[in-house]
Amino acid sequence: MTVNVRTALQIVAALIVAGLAAWLLPQYLELFTLINATVFVSMGLLALSLGLIWGFGGILCFGQTAFFGIGGYTYAVAAINFGDTTWAVPLALLVPTAVAAALGYLMFFGRISDVYMGVITLTTTLILFKFANSTAGDQWTIGTAPLGGFNGIPGTPPLNFPLDPSNQLAPEQVFVVAVLALGICYAVAKLILRTRFGRVAVAIKENELRAELLGYDVRLHKLGLFAIGGFMAGLAGILFANCVFVSPTMFSLSYAGQVIIWVLVGGIGTLVGPVIGCMLIQALTTYAGTLSAIDPNLLLGVLFMLAVVVVPKGLLPTATTILLRLMRRGEP
Amino acid sequence: MTALLTTEGLQMRFGGVVAVDGVSLAINEGELRCLIGPNGAGKSTFFKCLTGQYKPTAGRIFWRGKDITALDPFAIARLGVGIKTQVPSLFDGLTALEGVCLCRHSSEAEAKRRAMRALERLGIGALANRRVGLLAHGQRQLVELAMVVAPEPDLIILDEPTAGMSTEETNRAADLIRELNQQHAIVVVEHDMQFIRAIARTVTVFHQGRVLMEDSAATVFADPRVRDVYLGKAVA
Amino acid sequence: MDYAVVVALQIVSGVATLVIVSLGLAVVFGMMRVINLAHGEFLMLGGYTAILASGQGVNLWIAILVLPPIAVGIIGAVVERVLIRRLYGRMIDTMLATWGLSLAFIGGVTMLFGNSVTGISAPLGSFEVGRFHVAGYDLFLVAASVAMSLAIWIVLKFTPAGLIARGTMQNAEMAAALGVPPDRVYALTFTAGAALSGLAGGLIAPVSGVLPTMGTAYIAKAFITVITGGAAMLTGTLVASGLLGSVLTIFTFLTTPVFGEVALLVVAIVLLRLLPRGITGRFLRRAL
Repeated sequence: MTVNVRTALQIVAALIVAGLAAWLLPQYLELFTLINATVFVSMGLLALSLGLIWGFGGILCFGQTAFFGIGGYTYAVAAINFGDTTWAVPLALLVPTAVAAALGYLMFFGRISDVYMGVITLTTTLILFKFANSTAGDQWTIGTAPLGGFNGIPGTPPLNFPLDPSNQLAPEQVFVVAVLALGICYAVAKLILRTRFGRVAVAIKENELRAELLGYDVRLHKLGLFAIGGFMAGLAGILFANCVFVSPTMFSLSYAGQVIIWVLVGGIGTLVGPVIGCMLIQALTTYAGTLSAIDPNLLLGVLFMLAVVVVPKGLLPTATTILLRLMRRGEP
Repeated sequence: MTALLTTEGLQMRFGGVVAVDGVSLAINEGELRCLIGPNGAGKSTFFKCLTGQYKPTAGRIFWRGKDITALDPFAIARLGVGIKTQVPSLFDGLTALEGVCLCRHSSEAEAKRRAMRALERLGIGALANRRVGLLAHGQRQLVELAMVVAPEPDLIILDEPTAGMSTEETNRAADLIRELNQQHAIVVVEHDMQFIRAIARTVTVFHQGRVLMEDSAATVFADPRVRDVYLGKAVA
Repeated sequence: MDYAVVVALQIVSGVATLVIVSLGLAVVFGMMRVINLAHGEFLMLGGYTAILASGQGVNLWIAILVLPPIAVGIIGAVVERVLIRRLYGRMIDTMLATWGLSLAFIGGVTMLFGNSVTGISAPLGSFEVGRFHVAGYDLFLVAASVAMSLAIWIVLKFTPAGLIARGTMQNAEMAAALGVPPDRVYALTFTAGAALSGLAGGLIAPVSGVLPTMGTAYIAKAFITVITGGAAMLTGTLVASGLLGSVLTIFTFLTTPVFGEVALLVVAIVLLRLLPRGITGRFLRRAL
């Protein structure tokens, strides 16, 4: 009961924060900053998707960017071909979900170990990276959309109002959509974890054998959670495509690594943590990028190692523990 | 009458080692059966074949006459088989009640009712809201047992339930298992002779992967071959 | 006929390249069950060592074959001391930490040498097969892959260190109980793996050119080869390289190099669906 109340409060709080951000920030931020903020939010959603499947399903996916990129590319190609984003969006959600389901089927039903799973997912995104990079030239067009190789698709069309292609969303509106999408996905993830499916998925992470002996099909639950993660990552890809544009970078090793760092730094086993971790590190790397004295990859790598060695539980859980300890000390 | 669970010539081979070698036995409704044998006799391997964790290299397993040899553990559990592993296998991060509530059932309310009943039946109702990871070893064993009995399975398979227990706890466990037997058929895999004596039902003795003998507890304990097996003498 | 010979040579050299770039990773994985995600950067550092050395006028063969394994071996030993040692028994954390290391190396080298390709020309010229030219260096790579495999086999089979290594591969706890300190075994393994990766980097530098992100071009293939191979480090790598290298080269011939890699990944994933513990998890289990 108390757990349900707490979940409800967290969901309400998240939706309020998202609503406030969507309402206030476009009024105060400059356009350039707002577009950057949209990028951060789309990345935050990507972090949330990995935080969900890794932290609560124990699924070690090193290539969450694969679904992020597939979502973005599908959106861009479909939007260019249809001339309207109304049906491009559902398609761009369906394709990464289906790819995640197919990859998940091969991995979970083969019952391969964690280490193998990490490598397979990472390799998948790396090969997509190479593939996307090799699509320069006229022979690489899908319908009317050139894939553009290394350069990606700079002319990715922004979202339009449903069934009204001439009425495109302004960057401020894209920001609102992104923030609300993140808030809703957080709420949905919270709710999923309260359902039987979600609780069994968490139980599987705790003790796979016991869950199996209770009569639950472990493979199917992992597959389901992985597909949900693919869906959210795909949505993140659509949002990213709306504020930047799609390019092979979406699949790159450095992005794939960053998602892991966000989740690690924010804290595995929480949903807010990865999003906060994402915002902090994005802000830090953006700042480092302006310094140009330090290569951002070097900074990220060092942070990554520190996160693993020094705060293996992540910032949010560590901070919570310290806070609780201080509060307890404060009591008489 | 068809038996509840039957095996026919079950064999499990690991490379050159034959851990279980042509075991055929039948468990009837309501039966309480002990499988005993010294370490390395193939009991635990046999257990893992029954639960679907190992796929036997030869032979077949039947549940009420239906072939279930190829089923995965979750599918076997769904037939109505409760399984308790040797090392307590639990959800340490959850409370006892939450863990037991995860059992399969029709509705959430039903799950909670059954879980509470199972905990109370095992005398640990007071631990319902304690985190499983913080419980003592004996209590953990009971929580796991509660998870096994909560769905009210037709058959319960226990692998060395008394491992790590004191004499007193072992005797209490024997009482508990006899009591559970009033509602469920039970197979106990054990090597603790004292425990088997306390239960005193039909006993199947494993030796070197085969069934050495199968009889009442009294007869088995009186048999010189069984004593030899446990003392390590070769069987002529 | 000539064409068939050339294709066959290409396949053999494709397999050999895969063996070369995978062995260092395989040694660390086989012994420690850890996938070193900085493996690609060890290759890259080996490549830079070769380039810098030959730029300083060092004899080309020494620059390719001798200095890279020494330099990267030393780096590996330091990394093991500073980073890996803190994470023993936490396989996933080790993978994550090496990923951080990989990014840090890419960033650091970019700062030092810039983000551009440098190269050395391949020695040994080329010879003719009918109407076709075949690079002599390709054949040298085949010979090098055979020599590296043989060397590992001899070390494992005939030296005391190899015996300990085989024991640890079979059962790490047992080997520790027999008085073999596992941390020293792991330290040596990681250093040896790094040295092999460095040598691989030196060997491929003349064909691939060297740049900070060159590791990423090879790691996907190397990871897949090693996990498809399974637990037996040498046999697994050789068998998997033979299979996947052929797939890679044939599909590269028929389509483009990218589709060669896509085919390699697809074959490997399907194979792992059928053999979840790799080829040597099912077959040839007693091999090294």
